[in-house]
Amino acid sequence: MKKIIILLIALLPVIGFAQKAKKDIQKTSFEVNGVCGMCKARIEKQAFTIKGVKSATWDIPSHQFSIIYDASKTSLLNIHEEIASVGHDTPLATAPDEVYNSLHMCCMYERESKE
Amino acid sequence: MKNIYLFILLFSWSVQSQQLTGQIKIKENATELPIEGVNLIWLNTSMGTITDQSGNFKLPMSPNSNKLVISYLGFKTDTLVISSPKRLIHTLLPDADDALDEITLTERRKAIQKSYLEAQNIIRVSSEELLKAACCNLSESFETNPSIDVNFADALTGTKQIKMLGLSSPYLLISEENIPMVRGASQIYGLTFTPGTWIQSIQITKGAGSVVNGFESIAGQINTEIQKPSQDAPIYINAYTSVNGRQEFNAHFNTKWNDKWSAGSYVHVNQRTQKFDKNADSFLDVPISKQINVLNRWQYTDGTKGWVGFASLRFLDDKKQTGSMNFDPEIHRDTTTFWGSEIETQRVDASLKIGYVFPDTPYQSFGFQSAYSNHDQDSYFGLRRYDIEHKSFFTNLLFNSIISNTKNKFKTGINFSFDEYNERVDLVDYQRRDEVIGAFFEYSYDSLEKLNITAGIRLDSHNRLGTFVTPRVHLRYNPWERSVLRASVGSGRKVANIFAENQKLFGTNRLIQLVENGGSVYGLRPEKAWNYGLSFRQGFTLFQKQGDITVDFYRTQFEDQVVVDWEQASHIRFYNLEGSSYANSFQLELDYVPFRNTALRLAYKNYQVKTTYGTQTLQKPLQPEERFFANFEYKFENEEKGSQWKADMTYHFVGEQRLPSNSRDGAGYSSERYGLLSMQITRVFSKQFEVYLGGENLGNYKQLNPIVGAEDPFGSTFDTSLVYAPIFGKMFYAGLRFKLNNIKK
Repeated sequence: MKKIIILLIALLPVIGFAQKAKKDIQKTSFEVNGVCGMCKARIEKQAFTIKGVKSATWDIPSHQFSIIYDASKTSLLNIHEEIASVGHDTPLATAPDEVYNSLHMCCMYERESKE
Repeated sequence: MKNIYLFILLFSWSVQSQQLTGQIKIKENATELPIEGVNLIWLNTSMGTITDQSGNFKLPMSPNSNKLVISYLGFKTDTLVISSPKRLIHTLLPDADDALDEITLTERRKAIQKSYLEAQNIIRVSSEELLKAACCNLSESFETNPSIDVNFADALTGTKQIKMLGLSSPYLLISEENIPMVRGASQIYGLTFTPGTWIQSIQITKGAGSVVNGFESIAGQINTEIQKPSQDAPIYINAYTSVNGRQEFNAHFNTKWNDKWSAGSYVHVNQRTQKFDKNADSFLDVPISKQINVLNRWQYTDGTKGWVGFASLRFLDDKKQTGSMNFDPEIHRDTTTFWGSEIETQRVDASLKIGYVFPDTPYQSFGFQSAYSNHDQDSYFGLRRYDIEHKSFFTNLLFNSIISNTKNKFKTGINFSFDEYNERVDLVDYQRRDEVIGAFFEYSYDSLEKLNITAGIRLDSHNRLGTFVTPRVHLRYNPWERSVLRASVGSGRKVANIFAENQKLFGTNRLIQLVENGGSVYGLRPEKAWNYGLSFRQGFTLFQKQGDITVDFYRTQFEDQVVVDWEQASHIRFYNLEGSSYANSFQLELDYVPFRNTALRLAYKNYQVKTTYGTQTLQKPLQPEERFFANFEYKFENEEKGSQWKADMTYHFVGEQRLPSNSRDGAGYSSERYGLLSMQITRVFSKQFEVYLGGENLGNYKQLNPIVGAEDPFGSTFDTSLVYAPIFGKMFYAGLRFKLNNIKK
């Protein structure tokens, strides 16, 4: 019994930590323009550099980007802008041309909203 | 200063008034629906918004743009010119480009999948792969898989034993839906207690594996997922018959009560009634047997709230009889007229699993598992007797979450289990109760590109093994494109159930010698080993076809082991390792698609499994140093209504095996090398119905005198354990599968 208690106590900080992480968590998804696995790594890596981003997945076939983030630390618009800043257009932010032009050949998606 | 504030106030008020409001709908199948999550943005600005649940939005007018871009996945993006703030109602039309009807992807999902992305070396086997050999139960499911070797067991039971990295199944953690399953009393026959059709998929982990499922895995882990009532076909029927007198029947019935509850009943019956003695040694070539196996499962799924649960109840009754052709248990049991053996097993399994995924944060989840089993085996072998009753209880609580973000995940939890053994070995009774409580923590890091690390540690307190720490680390690295480098290191421990794991000893008249040293289990110390692994895989394209090549090297180094010593013909001795014991395994594997609709897999394996027996260090008996494997499958083009021909061919080459000295072969004898070829042809008539026909050991290779001392089964030389090749020779079988997908209401 004593051992059980010791084990539970050892685990408490872990569970406590996980509880603390739950704050104004928002879940949404939007389209991010891209092509391949390289784009996926670039988009997701960039998303994880944003403070407050918990989970980020970009689905290659649908181009759908699913994100879970702490809205007290970042805003949705900021996420759009951060992703566009590495070359991937989103509905709310457009990548700078020079960044887009420097993408790998394979990642050169067709820019839709550009005239 | 005040003026500036006033100005800002006025300005923002004026912007507020310049507000565009409206509603966005989508048109689907001639109906218009307001929709949430539509993106609206002023062209070339960062000013935008998303529609709410009723499709409504509010967006300030932009001073820099009058073009509004409205986009939603799967619908045409529209750009509207908005010159003045007003209420806008707009409908989006489906995007024809998104419906990729004309493009058919020709890449097929492999039946065996090897991941490029996970830290652990996990091989996933789908139910499609399991159909390639008409496997009747879990022990036969690995015939087409080069990572696991299927060995011939004793002449006695006809049960095939599996080995991985040169180590037999007691050194593997074999679990069913992550609950340890084939262990203790069921170590030898347990794999034959899971019918093939019940299996949804199998995951094979080479090397130490995860700490989550316990400390018992040393060479690897095999996890089986059973059919889920909510996914399996409402009615599934399979029948099988073979010329060596084996018949199997499987039926699945699944019912969906409502969108949350479903239930399934699975029935398996097999029997072998015909007696064969083709090699004329007066002993049955294969045992006669009968098994009834029934499983009932209930599944609860509530996707929106994140709850999932399973409750399962299972009952098994298995009978085997072997020995002399003339043996009649009613008359000859406990006499020396004819040698005969019966093994009767009854087993009950009950389990409950509950999982909860936080709906808003799906990377967080809880899992609870609890399982109870009662395994009761009564058996006799000539005048020898072995009974074992094993009651087992296992429970664990698991929590999954992240540290900061999903690049850093962890699993943590606690588990408790007990095992109660009651054994009778000839005239000696053994009783034991093992209890263990443990806690584990496993961290995994994913760089999203080239690197994955999984590091786990567990702390267990066991009444016989003491309190100890089990660390395990796995690493994956992609040095360049389409390549994976994996490394792993970890320890494992186990209690050696010496009699249950070596039941073939009862099919001999060897004397049991237990060299006790005051250890906690049968007077012997428990086993402990470290496993180190390195694996490299490179994908390639040759003649425009995909393939990959894998090189694996694993080493298992025993710090302590219960050595099973067969070296003296008249004895079997159990003692703790004094000297060295290791298993080195090397594997070179090639997977390639030479033509469309085909798949080729070749593997070469080399095993150095050496143990110190007394004064000499020798290769483990009956462990071939070399093995070669080839599998070729061909799927003919799909015909109308989904009908199709499929063909599959497997070749196993088994190298020389060292045999301990015995009166048949003398000392220093090694078996000759041989190859086995099997083939199967499946005719798919429709999605509902298919028929298959196959043959095993088509080259008809046989070990002619498998039983040592068959002429005097009660004499000291009698030994059925020295079997290194098939006894039966070539064998043909046929079967059918019927699946009803939809029940008309």
